[in-house]
Amino acid sequence: MLLISCPNCGPRDETEFHYGGQAHIAYPENPNELRDREWAEYLFYRENTKGTFAERWVHSTGCRQWFNMLRDTVSYDIHSIYAMGQQRPDLQADKPGEFSQTGEFGQEPGLAPGAATTSTGAATTAPTSSEGV
Amino acid sequence: MAETATPAETVSRARRSPAQHLAEAFTSGSVPGTVTLTEIPYQAMVGIRVDRTSDAGARVASVVGGLPAACGEVTGNDSVNTLWLGPTEFLVVAPEEAHDSLGGSLGSDLTTALGNDAGQVVDLSANRTTFELSGSHARAVLEKTCSLDLHPRVFKPGTAVSTELAHIPVMLWKTSEDSYRIFPRASFADFLGRWLLDAMREYASPEVP
Ligand SMILES: [Zn+2]
Repeated sequence: MLLISCPNCGPRDETEFHYGGQAHIAYPENPNELRDREWAEYLFYRENTKGTFAERWVHSTGCRQWFNMLRDTVSYDIHSIYAMGQQRPDLQADKPGEFSQTGEFGQEPGLAPGAATTSTGAATTAPTSSEGV
Repeated sequence: MAETATPAETVSRARRSPAQHLAEAFTSGSVPGTVTLTEIPYQAMVGIRVDRTSDAGARVASVVGGLPAACGEVTGNDSVNTLWLGPTEFLVVAPEEAHDSLGGSLGSDLTTALGNDAGQVVDLSANRTTFELSGSHARAVLEKTCSLDLHPRVFKPGTAVSTELAHIPVMLWKTSEDSYRIFPRASFADFLGRWLLDAMREYASPEVP
């Protein structure tokens, strides 16, 4: 079970979230001009990264807000959580275990249990199951 | 000629609350002083979506006594309370009589306050029912299934969160040191009611030293 730090609600079980696939796939500027192959690639072609991957998540059981996450697909370490629309943060190579949370979420972490510890990163990962999302 | 029933009487005669069939089981499964479970049926609930910093947000807030600013916060007074669901989404919980069909004006007041501005005011009164779990062991019951830290140093009275109990989505509102209100959707009320009864059962027996 992953423990994911929702930017609004604080650390919550993975079961409260839904996965939204690869992040930063821009909608085509002129979809009408795309050929079928390009449209199909926009719709269906995704990276299958081994290592740090930028992906979207939504806190479906909680605040129902989307956010981006940098997650290691091998170790399941969560390196960064950042707002939708924000660029993928650069990870510093010499701090592989570093966790950061950036971006304007328009919210301060509230009174919810654990919310105050959101940005410390102390509890951002948990032992992983073999069948993560 | 028979007396004509008032609209309120007609409504209350026709109504069946989602956990009504469990009322006896709730009573017999409760352990007074230790942990008790009751259903508080038919509370009026209104879902609001509005930017709380906008003019419409201010007007809506003035109807219900403020909108909560962050996760966990609850605003309002003894009878009408507003729970935070998301940055622009709130749930107003009020007594049954506040519903427009029973002579209240909660929904229409909120609709008027929102006006034509961006947002929505939706009557959600039948969406969820309310369970009240209270007593010295109420937290112990919840901790069997809730993965949030419910210790009083973290989860304080007057806090409400949207989370999972027994794998179903609920709102969990701590109303006092020993009392919680749980809002499951109507279709989950039977399951959650029976689940809580089962979790409460051990406290009816003497504690094994
Ligand atoms: Zn959240």
